[in-house]
Amino acid sequence: MKKELKIFDKPETVTRFLLVFYGSLLGLLMVDFFIQKHADFPWEEVPGFFAAYGFISCVAFIFIAKGIRLIVKRKEDYYD
Amino acid sequence: MISLFGETGLPPSVVFMGGAFLIPLIKGRWKSVFMLLLPLLTLYMVFTIPEGNQWVISFLDHDLILGRIDRLSRIFSYIFLLISFIAVIFSLKIEDDLQYAAGFAYAGGALGVTFAGDLFSLYIFWEIMAIASTFLIIAGRTQAARSAAFRYIMVHIFGGLSLLAGIVLYVQNHGTTEFSYIGLSGIDSWLIFLGIAVNAAIPPLHPWLSDAYPEATVTGAVFLSAFTTKSAVYVMARTFPGTELLIWIGALMTIIPIFYAEMENDIRRVLAYSLINQVGFMMCGIGIGTQLALNGTVSHAFCHILYKALLFMSAGAVLHMTGKSRCTDLGGLYKTMPLTCMFCIIGAASISAFPLFSGFVSKSMILSAAAHDKMAIVWLLLLFSSAGVTQHAGIKVPFFLFFGHDSGIRVKEPPVHMMIAMGIAAFLCIFLGVRYDLLYSILPYEVDYLPYTEAHVMGQLQLLLFGALAFCLMVLSGYYLSEIRAINLDTDWFYRKGGRFFHQTVSRLLNGMNAWFHHVFAEKLAAGAAKFAAQAPVLLVLFIATPIIRRKREDLAAANRKAESIRSAMITLSVPIGISAAAAALFFTMLFLFMHL
Repeated sequence: MKKELKIFDKPETVTRFLLVFYGSLLGLLMVDFFIQKHADFPWEEVPGFFAAYGFISCVAFIFIAKGIRLIVKRKEDYYD
Repeated sequence: MISLFGETGLPPSVVFMGGAFLIPLIKGRWKSVFMLLLPLLTLYMVFTIPEGNQWVISFLDHDLILGRIDRLSRIFSYIFLLISFIAVIFSLKIEDDLQYAAGFAYAGGALGVTFAGDLFSLYIFWEIMAIASTFLIIAGRTQAARSAAFRYIMVHIFGGLSLLAGIVLYVQNHGTTEFSYIGLSGIDSWLIFLGIAVNAAIPPLHPWLSDAYPEATVTGAVFLSAFTTKSAVYVMARTFPGTELLIWIGALMTIIPIFYAEMENDIRRVLAYSLINQVGFMMCGIGIGTQLALNGTVSHAFCHILYKALLFMSAGAVLHMTGKSRCTDLGGLYKTMPLTCMFCIIGAASISAFPLFSGFVSKSMILSAAAHDKMAIVWLLLLFSSAGVTQHAGIKVPFFLFFGHDSGIRVKEPPVHMMIAMGIAAFLCIFLGVRYDLLYSILPYEVDYLPYTEAHVMGQLQLLLFGALAFCLMVLSGYYLSEIRAINLDTDWFYRKGGRFFHQTVSRLLNGMNAWFHHVFAEKLAAGAAKFAAQAPVLLVLFIATPIIRRKREDLAAANRKAESIRSAMITLSVPIGISAAAAALFFTMLFLFMHL
């Protein structure tokens, strides 16, 4: 067997990966202030609108999914 | 060769379906060569046919048009042929003639629908698709696959009949079989709309898709992911563009399935739900109906077929190698399947509409079309589901398959032909994201749209990356939805449980009625009739005879003895024959006298 990749087994790699990720998020927010906007809706011009909308949507999305799961979840052999 | 494919030759759909019949007859290496050449030659043929109506056949009082060639049908046929080619490469080594033949007949049906110029030939190819695709599910050869295939074909028979009823009424009312704009007006158009909606998997008519596709074979799912829903998108774009109802249907359709995709454990079922979500964007684009929106719909269908097939191929490759498709059983596969992992991530980035990937250049057009028409709520809903797509398809699929918890499974990369197929699809996903001008040049309408503006790229990056941040933080904090072995109820509950309930109720009702009738008629009534037939003459004779005996005999005991002897004589039928004969002679004499006097 070929040798395995293990890069994400090391905690420091994961930490470094996350740091780069967080850094790029910060960079995105900074650059947003200097960009020429041509918006159809007024709120599109607010700096960080898309970041906030994306973040809040995804958090809400996961909590709503958790709520729906309480109602629709069944055992795997439910239909058998 | 050219004459076979030229204007006087066979239409593309017939070439494909003829090919399906030839496949089982060809053996060995030539079978592979034949299957690879068929889509390529047909692609060349479609490329060279001039615009207009080809292959027009007079049938009864109508014309069957098997080749309506225009920009819309051409681009759909390109992507159908391209994906057939890729799917054939992906399935080269499975050596299952049933799947090959079903796959080609199915693709031929989709081409037939695409090139149909009249409603009757549309219907014929529509049904061919339904039947051929069922075999790709049955070919899973498990009990679950057979059951799912049965439910699948029942739903499609319902949809097909609705379409047929609508077409018959439409032709009756309008006197034309032309397959073009219909629009929602009378009952005929609603029936046609319903028939198309079934195939487009519009909720609540969608669960046939999430039920059946994950049960199909690894390679069958690749064919399935391309044709049924996208040919429905094509037909909807021709017949109902600008229908406002579709905007709302589409917006809701992008949202409802993503929750299910998020909760689902089976990775191919996650992809099936996300497929419905993507078709929702297309429905919304058709509903908006402007040139920009329709261009967006068509280009999104084009890109979507490629990245969705790529995702189904990578999940299929994992299933092929590990025999597993549940998130709970998988994880950590990047260690030994790095290339498959990379292909999956490319598919995931494309479906998330990450800049430089195909989804970005197509989905943006639909959102911009909504924004240009100032549809704020629709736009916000679509943006919400775009963020949701990043969660379930963009991150969840690659994360739980290839990263996440280490399942300890160590399998090799899939066979080379599967890698090549995924490689081609992955290349095209990036190529279309970069050279979007080539895609835009074959869209149905003139394109005046720039996907890569600073503001747009920035907005999309923020939306996706901050969505990813939410995922990241919730996984790290333990708030993320845990992977669990479970299923989630969907609207198919109504016909799966409802069907069983109906069966039990009807069984109880009819069997109960049967038992009751048996009891009353077979047991009680027949026995009663037999008893009556046996005793009635005795009682009748005694009824007449007893007063006479009593009068003649003073002694009651003697009278009773006489009555008893008559009864036993009647029961044993030992009545003196002379009396009966005399009575009969008297009766006939009376009768004769009455008739002649």
